[in-house]
Amino acid sequence: MTDPAVTLRLKDVSKTFGIVNVVDSISFDVKAGESVGLVGPNGAGKTTLFNCVCGQLQNDHGAVYFEDQPLNGMPTYRRARLGIGRTYQRTEVFPDMTVRNHLLVAERVHSGTGRLWKDLLNMSKPTKEEIEVSDRVMDLVGLMELADTPVAALGLGHCRLVELARALAGEPTLLLADEPSSGLDERETAAMSAVLRTVQRERGTAILLVEHDLEMVSEVVDRVVVMDLGSKVAEGTFDEVMANPAVRYAYLGESA
Amino acid sequence: MFETFFGFAIPGIPFGCTYAVIAVGLVLTYQATGVFNFAFPAQAYAASLVFTALIQSAHLPSWLAFIIAAVIMSPLLGLAFDRLLFSKIPNTNTTAKLVTGISLLVGLPSLLLVAFPSNYYNPPSLIWDINTVYLTFWEIPINGAQISSVVVTVLMLGALVGLLRFTNIGLQMRGAVESRRLVQLDGVNAGGVVAVAWMVSSFLAGMSGILFSPNFGEIQSQNYALLFVFALAAAACGSFRSLPKTAIAAVLIGIGQFLFQGYLPTTGFLFTTVLPSFPFLVLAGALLLMPGLRNLDSSADPLSSVDPPLPPTAAASRLPQMDRMIKIAWYTVLGVFVVSMLTWIPKDWESVLNQGLAFSALFLSITLITGMGGQLSLAQATLAGVGAFTAAQLALHLGLNFLIGGLIGAVVAAMVAVVLAVLSLRLRGLGLALMTLAAALLFDTAIFSNQTLAGGSGGLNIQAKWLGLDLNNPNGHLYFIVAFLVVLLITGMILFIRKGTTGRVLGALKGSETGAAGIGINLTKERIMIFALSGAVAGIGGVLLVIQENVANPQSFNYAFGLIFIVIVVTTGVSTVEGAIQGGFGFVVIQKLLGYAPARFADLTFVFFAFGALTYAAHPEGILEFQKRRSYQRIERFFPSAMKKSEENELAIGIAGGVSDD
Repeated sequence: MTDPAVTLRLKDVSKTFGIVNVVDSISFDVKAGESVGLVGPNGAGKTTLFNCVCGQLQNDHGAVYFEDQPLNGMPTYRRARLGIGRTYQRTEVFPDMTVRNHLLVAERVHSGTGRLWKDLLNMSKPTKEEIEVSDRVMDLVGLMELADTPVAALGLGHCRLVELARALAGEPTLLLADEPSSGLDERETAAMSAVLRTVQRERGTAILLVEHDLEMVSEVVDRVVVMDLGSKVAEGTFDEVMANPAVRYAYLGESA
Repeated sequence: MFETFFGFAIPGIPFGCTYAVIAVGLVLTYQATGVFNFAFPAQAYAASLVFTALIQSAHLPSWLAFIIAAVIMSPLLGLAFDRLLFSKIPNTNTTAKLVTGISLLVGLPSLLLVAFPSNYYNPPSLIWDINTVYLTFWEIPINGAQISSVVVTVLMLGALVGLLRFTNIGLQMRGAVESRRLVQLDGVNAGGVVAVAWMVSSFLAGMSGILFSPNFGEIQSQNYALLFVFALAAAACGSFRSLPKTAIAAVLIGIGQFLFQGYLPTTGFLFTTVLPSFPFLVLAGALLLMPGLRNLDSSADPLSSVDPPLPPTAAASRLPQMDRMIKIAWYTVLGVFVVSMLTWIPKDWESVLNQGLAFSALFLSITLITGMGGQLSLAQATLAGVGAFTAAQLALHLGLNFLIGGLIGAVVAAMVAVVLAVLSLRLRGLGLALMTLAAALLFDTAIFSNQTLAGGSGGLNIQAKWLGLDLNNPNGHLYFIVAFLVVLLITGMILFIRKGTTGRVLGALKGSETGAAGIGINLTKERIMIFALSGAVAGIGGVLLVIQENVANPQSFNYAFGLIFIVIVVTTGVSTVEGAIQGGFGFVVIQKLLGYAPARFADLTFVFFAFGALTYAAHPEGILEFQKRRSYQRIERFFPSAMKKSEENELAIGIAGGVSDD
């Protein structure tokens, strides 16, 4: 991979569980600052593909590149430090921590300035810059009012926003958002779409979005990749893929 | 040659069969209820104690005693465990399930000692007499107890496999383990199904206790704990899933144990050290090598999202004004405590409170690893022992000052903890708890029982010349000053860590390892670091403890204390430093006060804490911490400005809560 405009490149990525090819030879690119939707029916392999990109699963075949760098074999935390942020289908928040602390820990890990000896000398207080960054991100996602609330006290909608804010606090080049509208109502979904658009357009963050809500997908993404039963069945703009008979068959069971 | 082989192997079969009954009961409970029942040996002990007491004290016939102890009492005990405790714990809360089981393991035998203060010797056989030889194989006499074990095991296993594989309730049990709530949506009475599983497995526990008791001269709870460990190894070999594999592994472990015993020279290292560690080595080996055991807690309830969130700790939810008041109160208590210790407190009570300081230091290691790191280690007492015996050996052989040796001991304890962490890197929750338990048991049998390393059963006396200072002078206060400063230092260190980057990283690790890795946290490094820190603190606690007790006694650091310590700290509050300190002082003060009561109540300390820990599921912040939060809320009502902030918070929380309801 030598194209500097490409943030993420998947080349023939495959993942097998037992005898089932959950992801079967998937290839596509996500360009810098681009928003790509990854859609498909349940069981299509979207989340497994996400896990292969993040390193929570290692792909069996093929290669994953992030900004020219091959990721195969690299553990999750190193991929995250390279600039891959992620939200989860089933929220993965830290219940005992406040919203602000979620962001501060992500910032500190990203900057790599946290040290045990600094903690022991009480030199680890958040800096003014770190607080400003966390304030900006909380403001962006609409969590400022809840900054000092423990996440255990929040509902699902706010937890999804906390996850998003935490991922953004690490200033990712690529954001993987896994069904961010799951469990949200119409108003919250619209708010989430607006945040994702802002993140892409104002920060230039590339987004790979897994989502079942096709209205949200149409609002957020520039391009769509459709998966079914582990394989890529279509790629193109939202309107193009929705008009594709293979996609209609995968989603609606309509005959091509 | 064959005769010798079978001569060694055959006596192992009945033992293996008894291990099989327990192991199968464990697997059944785990598979049908999702609970790894640490209370199993306590249930076996309870049944055999009641069975023997009914025969020897109440003079009932053995068949009637069996019906009361095994057929009625044991299942009812299981039913009570389920209805009153485990059914209230969300299926995904592994720590709460483990802590509840451990609490019962610790509390039930102590409670039974109060109810049955007499010693019971020569427990009777269930069916055939232990003193009568009914069969001989290769000239090996087989007595009634051995035949009973084999026959009952075969019958029970057959019935169980039939129940699980070929009946409707067996199918429902397998469904209920994933989610009680989900199978209820299919019209299954999940509560009833799980209750039946508990009753059946508790019956097995009672049966195994009664079956095995004739092998002991006296009924003692620790004998059943040993049985449990053998069974645990077998259950691990069956991946806590397969009943037939578990049963076969149990019988093989029984046979292997007797073969090693027969063939190994009785004076060699292998016989004296490795053989007693046999079941722990099997358990550790299974945990390390069997991939199925790495994801013991991976089954997630699909309906877990309907569970209410855990409440924030008192410290996290209280208002700034309250924080200031608490700080002032703490400083006042601290000042009064120091002045009192140096002036008017009687010597016997000063000694008790000094011991409280030592335990506080040790318990702070649990705050670090479990409260902050979210890792359930059952080997903290062992790590304390490593620190203490290292210091003692350095003083004994090299003449090194005990305090300097203590620091080296802390480093050695940290290194042992690191080895444990590295071995356990792939294990979580139950797997990690079992691995640390296996390590604790290994140290008990291989290191702490070694005459050269730990001074045998009497331990190593701490000599005044080792200390350099007049630390163990009962008329001075030097020990108090040193121990107080050490605890203060550790407390400060933990508070700074909590406030700093490491504290936040550990909070992330505890909250969600997946989420933590996703933001770039190196889980391996953090886990090793928290094990090392916690090991070092435990080591220092161990050193303080042996100086205070004037002896480094292996009994003070055996695996059972590792379990008891967890129960104590969980009761008082595992996530706060004051929880550990209150636990340390509470442990010794309650023991001292119970010393004034009749001797039969001596073990009630464990009962108090065990029953306190049973509230862990409802109040994971600890029962004291929960009470504190309630008290703070009451006090806050008197502060109008605080009220305003509370209302704002509640409003925000209410809005957020409404999202998921919609």
